[in-house]
Amino acid sequence: MNLLLEIGTEEIPHWMIPGALKQLSSLDLMGATPLVDATPRRLVVRAQALPERTPDETQIVKGPPVSAGERAAAGFAKKQGVDLSAMTIAGEYYELRRNVPGRRAAEILAETLPAAIVGIQWPKTMYWTGKNGPRFIRPIRWIVALLGDEVIPFEIAGVRSGNITRGHRQLGSSSIPVTIENYESELRKNFVILSSHERRHKIETEASALGAKIDPDLLGTLTFITEYPAAIRGEFDPAFLELPAEVLTTVMRHHQKHFSVEPAPGKLAPNFVAVMNTGGDPEGLVKRGNERVLKARFNDARFFWDMDQQKKLADRVADLAKVTFQAKLGSYLEKTERVIALVKELDGNQHAQRAALLAKTDLTTEMVKEFTELQGVVGGLYARAQGEPEPVWKAIYEHYQPVNMEDSIPETREGQIVSVADKLDTLRECFRIGMIPSGSKDPFALRRAAQGVVKILVEAKLPYDFYPLFAAPLTDFMLERVQYYFREVRGFKYDEVNAVMASSRGTLADVEARLTALAEVRPTENFEPLAASFKRIRNILKQAEFEADGALQERLLEPGEERDLYDAYQAVQAEIRGAGYRVALERIASLRPHVDRFFDKVLVNARDPEVRVNRLTLLSDLLTEFSTIADFSEIVTAGEQK
Amino acid sequence: MDSFQETIFKLKRYWSDRGAIIQEPYDIEVGAGTMAPETFLRVLGTKPYRVAYVQPSRRPADGRYGENPNRLYKHQQLQVILKPSPDDVLDQYLGSIEAIGIDLKKHDIKFEEDNWEAPTLGAWGIGWQVMLDGLEITQFTYFQQCGGFDLDLVPAELTYGLERISAFLQGVDSVYDIEWAPGVKYAQVRFVDEVQSSVYNFEMADIDRLRRLFDEHEAECKRLLGLYDEKSPGKFRFPVLPAYEQVLKCSHLFNLLDSRGAISVTERVGVIKRVRDLAVGTAKIWADQQA
Repeated sequence: MNLLLEIGTEEIPHWMIPGALKQLSSLDLMGATPLVDATPRRLVVRAQALPERTPDETQIVKGPPVSAGERAAAGFAKKQGVDLSAMTIAGEYYELRRNVPGRRAAEILAETLPAAIVGIQWPKTMYWTGKNGPRFIRPIRWIVALLGDEVIPFEIAGVRSGNITRGHRQLGSSSIPVTIENYESELRKNFVILSSHERRHKIETEASALGAKIDPDLLGTLTFITEYPAAIRGEFDPAFLELPAEVLTTVMRHHQKHFSVEPAPGKLAPNFVAVMNTGGDPEGLVKRGNERVLKARFNDARFFWDMDQQKKLADRVADLAKVTFQAKLGSYLEKTERVIALVKELDGNQHAQRAALLAKTDLTTEMVKEFTELQGVVGGLYARAQGEPEPVWKAIYEHYQPVNMEDSIPETREGQIVSVADKLDTLRECFRIGMIPSGSKDPFALRRAAQGVVKILVEAKLPYDFYPLFAAPLTDFMLERVQYYFREVRGFKYDEVNAVMASSRGTLADVEARLTALAEVRPTENFEPLAASFKRIRNILKQAEFEADGALQERLLEPGEERDLYDAYQAVQAEIRGAGYRVALERIASLRPHVDRFFDKVLVNARDPEVRVNRLTLLSDLLTEFSTIADFSEIVTAGEQK
Repeated sequence: MDSFQETIFKLKRYWSDRGAIIQEPYDIEVGAGTMAPETFLRVLGTKPYRVAYVQPSRRPADGRYGENPNRLYKHQQLQVILKPSPDDVLDQYLGSIEAIGIDLKKHDIKFEEDNWEAPTLGAWGIGWQVMLDGLEITQFTYFQQCGGFDLDLVPAELTYGLERISAFLQGVDSVYDIEWAPGVKYAQVRFVDEVQSSVYNFEMADIDRLRRLFDEHEAECKRLLGLYDEKSPGKFRFPVLPAYEQVLKCSHLFNLLDSRGAISVTERVGVIKRVRDLAVGTAKIWADQQA
């Protein structure tokens, strides 16, 4: 039997719908696979070939032992509400075998579906029937629940399930009886395209045909705020093209959810593509409406631009005293002062310091108050218009970059330094007052800030040592972010990252270089066995509770495997001095046969304490000397992975 | 083409036909229709209520000396409260849009997530901004909490931006070009108000005196709240509405000071809390009187 479940709601925020569908796709439907889809007003689950009922089962109730006699059995039977003749004997016990008929699927689903629906996790929920009523993302207004031809009967928030759906708000009927077979076609007749894939495709095709530059995020948004999308193209006064493209596209994309039209990369046409939630616009009313709104928005932007130019960024620094950075951390003026100091510490030049001084002043401009997502960008554009040198305005422009791991880092060195200083200040200050991210709680987006710092330090190869930069209490948090970056963003293996970080003194760019070398050398034949040997050395030293305090004494070395290892060690040490990491690691790996033979033939725990200490010293030196690139004992070797 | 006032008449008639009391604007400065007691206090408790009123709402920070075509020191909201919200509330809302002459089959309507929060009122709700051909025409909110209380009955609040809607209907680009009444422009009715309010607000208001006024109104409100005795048989005579009017005064003074940049970073959170404490205090007493 096939199943159809449609939860009819008021408009669900578009960005929450994919998450809800994911949860619904693991709905328990008696073994059937849920197929899910949605529009802003309906979450839909369909499945095929559900069993009509669960199979009959035999329940076995164990009775008294046969040795207890028939009277005990009779008493037991009475308690079970059956006649003694129903009892059977199995081995040494009486037992009662009872036939439990299977249950109808509709009956079971009527019990399980309401809890499953109300149990969907949303980022924010509401109640609507009254204080103790059920919570959901938006009010549930109708429910279609069919198993075959039959309604699965249940009720949520006073809404009874049935076979009646609703069409598009303005264009469709508000009462449509459906069957599983005609459900989707009935919706289509009533101006609802159920398939989000189809809506997305329709938007993309129509918008592209109208010249839209397709922005995937916006496309996803539009897919889930429409039930019956159609694209139209509008125009605006070309005079607005004097405004920076960043401002125009932000207004179009973020505020009006329009695609921009770009005949050539970076070049805007005086057009936009809007996506309606309705069939068409034969009279051009929707087009005109959107054009008028856009014109007003662009006029605002031009007004803000002109007004903001009346006071230079440099004259706005003092105003930052009135802009809160964080309630406990004071104003952006204080932040600015700290960031300038940090830029100096990071050896930022005059341009970088100037950029740090002006970086946050755009927060006081009308443009940024209106278009907050343009912070930084607006500052950079204003700085350019006000004659700041290129390294300064560019650094301001890009100092929020990277906003995520896909975003690129600032291009200029000044921008990189200001970006690092700004984020580092936020991290240090928040940790200082105990605002530390935990679990899913990270209100100040500190993980993202930290991730950005790591990305810049690595990719710009900035010359700052990791540990001094991230002193306690930041160290562990930053180490996690470094791990995350190299593993998830760069694809290194976790043990490689552990090995390199364990011996990490230096810059993150250096960590990257060592990791790259390590990953290259790792597949060579000597490497993993050597790693295993290093682990053995570490264990021996640990068991012996050995801490080297004297120099190795050559005279105590026994000729043969021990002397041989020492010579090889000396040779490699000389070879790798000044060599690149890759070569060094290859040379170190070449020690493997010497180490193996040493362990085969030489007893570290020699009877002569002087010899014993000397041998431990040899191993300890070897370990210390060759662990500066990576701590090999952190490498998980093939033998351990089982 | 309907004049501004004709559109208002139609909306009032529409909601009057659906059982709403048509109230007149509250006679004390407010920042939004939500702050009038007809909303802030009436949404509390278990008594159903339906009301609609136009509320002139002051946003000192948006004052532009009458020079900006879309921004106003004082704009007009039509505020509708349906407590509890009926199941077909969104359809009823769309009906009101049709009632003012918008053919929904020819336009693009979208409900886009927009949750509302008023920290000075201890209030928040879940809802949408309603977009008509890309223009935000209404804020729709299911109240969840008000005055710090979880609400017993969930009211729907509809806030229509009347200038925007009229400009849309009349096809004009500036609110000042809206025809208020036949032959009379919005500018003729309100321009002077915008100029003079901006001049007072940005140039002539005495900040120190405004601060003192804030303190005075706060003190008067606190004094009143301190006199309430929930065990007294005469507690229904207690002037909670006048106490709330003191809150409104504080709120408006805060907005004035804030628009002048007179509230420092460190002070701001504290001042908001002072207003909220008063609002929550009056809400408690109102709820107790209604219980």
